[in-house]
Amino acid sequence: MTAWTEHLAIAPVILPLFTGAAMLMLNERRHSLKATINLVSTLLLTLIALILLREADAAPAGTAAASVYLLADWPAPFGIVLVVDRLAAMMLVLSAVLGLAALIFSLARWHRAGSYFHPMFQFLLMGLNGAFLTGDLFNLFVFFEVLLAASYGLALHGVGSLRVKAGLHYIAINLAASLLFLIGVALIYGVTGTLNMADLVTRVPQLAAGDRVLLETGAAVLGIAFLTKAGMWPLCFWLPTTYAAAAAPVAALFAIMSKVGIYAVLRLWLLLFGADAGGSAFFGESWLLVGGLLTLSFGAIGMLASQDMARMAGYSVLVSSGTLLAAIGSGVPAATAPALFYMASSTLAIAAFFLLIELVERSRRAGADILAVTLEAFGGAEVEPEDDEAGVVIPATMALLGLSFLLCALLLAGLPPVSGFLAKFALVTALFNPTGLGGDGTISAVAWVLLAALLLSGLAAVIAMARAGVRAFWVPVGTTVPRVRVIEMLPVAGLLALCLTMTVAAGPVMSYMQDTAARLHAPAGYVDDVLSTPRTGGRLQEVGQ
Amino acid sequence: MEIIIALSIGVLTASGVWLLLRPRTFQVIIGLSLLSYAVNLFIFGMGRLRSGAAPVLTDSSGDLATFADPLPQALVLTAIVIGFATTALFLVVLLAARGLSGTDHVDGREPKP
Repeated sequence: MTAWTEHLAIAPVILPLFTGAAMLMLNERRHSLKATINLVSTLLLTLIALILLREADAAPAGTAAASVYLLADWPAPFGIVLVVDRLAAMMLVLSAVLGLAALIFSLARWHRAGSYFHPMFQFLLMGLNGAFLTGDLFNLFVFFEVLLAASYGLALHGVGSLRVKAGLHYIAINLAASLLFLIGVALIYGVTGTLNMADLVTRVPQLAAGDRVLLETGAAVLGIAFLTKAGMWPLCFWLPTTYAAAAAPVAALFAIMSKVGIYAVLRLWLLLFGADAGGSAFFGESWLLVGGLLTLSFGAIGMLASQDMARMAGYSVLVSSGTLLAAIGSGVPAATAPALFYMASSTLAIAAFFLLIELVERSRRAGADILAVTLEAFGGAEVEPEDDEAGVVIPATMALLGLSFLLCALLLAGLPPVSGFLAKFALVTALFNPTGLGGDGTISAVAWVLLAALLLSGLAAVIAMARAGVRAFWVPVGTTVPRVRVIEMLPVAGLLALCLTMTVAAGPVMSYMQDTAARLHAPAGYVDDVLSTPRTGGRLQEVGQ
Repeated sequence: MEIIIALSIGVLTASGVWLLLRPRTFQVIIGLSLLSYAVNLFIFGMGRLRSGAAPVLTDSSGDLATFADPLPQALVLTAIVIGFATTALFLVVLLAARGLSGTDHVDGREPKP
């Protein structure tokens, strides 16, 4: 490994940080310069994420992580580590791709609807990347706060009283959840004496029975903080409102934010309470399962009940979270790989749906007028005319929008032939054959319940999407064809094309996910990798002698 | 000392939760502040309470029994800074909501009498 690739692990955190900070210095009116900087930086980030993904994929069989980066060269349990493993690399790519799509979409008009869009956008990416990479519990908290602080600003982007009201609730709930996060982390530290995730894995099985209660309490409190983010049922009432009120590109980016909660649950729960955790093994599994099923039902009912397409998309985020949580809590290790596949597919589909909704509803909603007013207030009006010439209006707009909508509906409902169906099919297969095909053939009650929930939520999604589609495309009462620019259609098409690619290339993608899941379920490799990483300084000295 | 710390954490948390559930935005923000004080004390307590012990090793004897755990103190410092920043941010949103809706109710409108 050459010197620069060794430091690549920290690039996804540093690059957005510097870009965001540099853009703060620029005058608020230099939109095009900021947009260019932001675009270049996000493209670079996507490239870095792809390189890390390739490295993680090429990691030898015995190891879990492609690279472990010791910050400031402190040895592993004492300093903070960044770990690039398959799961982290996959999440990095996912967030970078979503960021790219949301950014390109916003360049058409949204980025001029308020101040500091570009810096906050970069800080959000920094928080996301940091949260995926870090191997330290308190550092995870810090990155959570970074991404939340940026998301508070972005949720309010474009102002308007509805947005401020939803933002107020969103911020209050997340501040409270952050406090729970701190309590959980403090309890875990108080019992085990370490914050390093790998070190925790080795200490959890050795705890005395009396301390175990405290550890489990801490983990449960911590779990509530993550599940609030992920939107598990009793903690999710803020989510549809906030996501529906946010500007379209912001909502698309938020699609990955609920997945940060899922990621944290998946990572920490499998590390701390996996099969090797002694007395605490599989602690809280039934909570995840039941909570996931309830979330799934609530999301499906919410999709049926919502009149507004944006709210429907918000509820589809809940359906996705619920499916994932139930799959994680089902107690079938083989279900993890399909769950990861579902996570990638549904996140892309939901983001595309959020973007699409804005285009479809543009001709009908009064929101466009408000946007025009805010654009004027922030000095966007003078740039507008030149912009009209630059953007090309697509012919047959409605046909394209309709086609994209159909694809979104298929993806969200999990109907064949697209990737949503493949994910659900693989999930059900894993649940029905927990020991692999040709097992003993008994099917557990959990599998039946989960199958019913998956099918019914799919049905609810079909009904809701069909109704919304009919209203938007087949009943054009007094609507005009919305003006859609190429750069607005491009990200939607790109995200959907990625889903289609996942469908065609399901074999390689699924085998990557299976490898990821296998390593997640065997935390020993992860622990070895992190704790045995030598310091660079030590190596340099040896070379010098 | 333990009982005083425990009592103060309890009182701060109870007051904080009560205020957090109140309908006025100012009460909510004060509630969140009180809760964050309670949490900071709690983190501090997780490093074990010990009086007259320095968190820095001063001699080479290395007897850890005479020293306080420095890590929770560092964590508290970080938590205070982050909590301060997010509370300030919340304050701005609170003022914006007050300006846009003309009321300080958390739902943006007065409940019907």
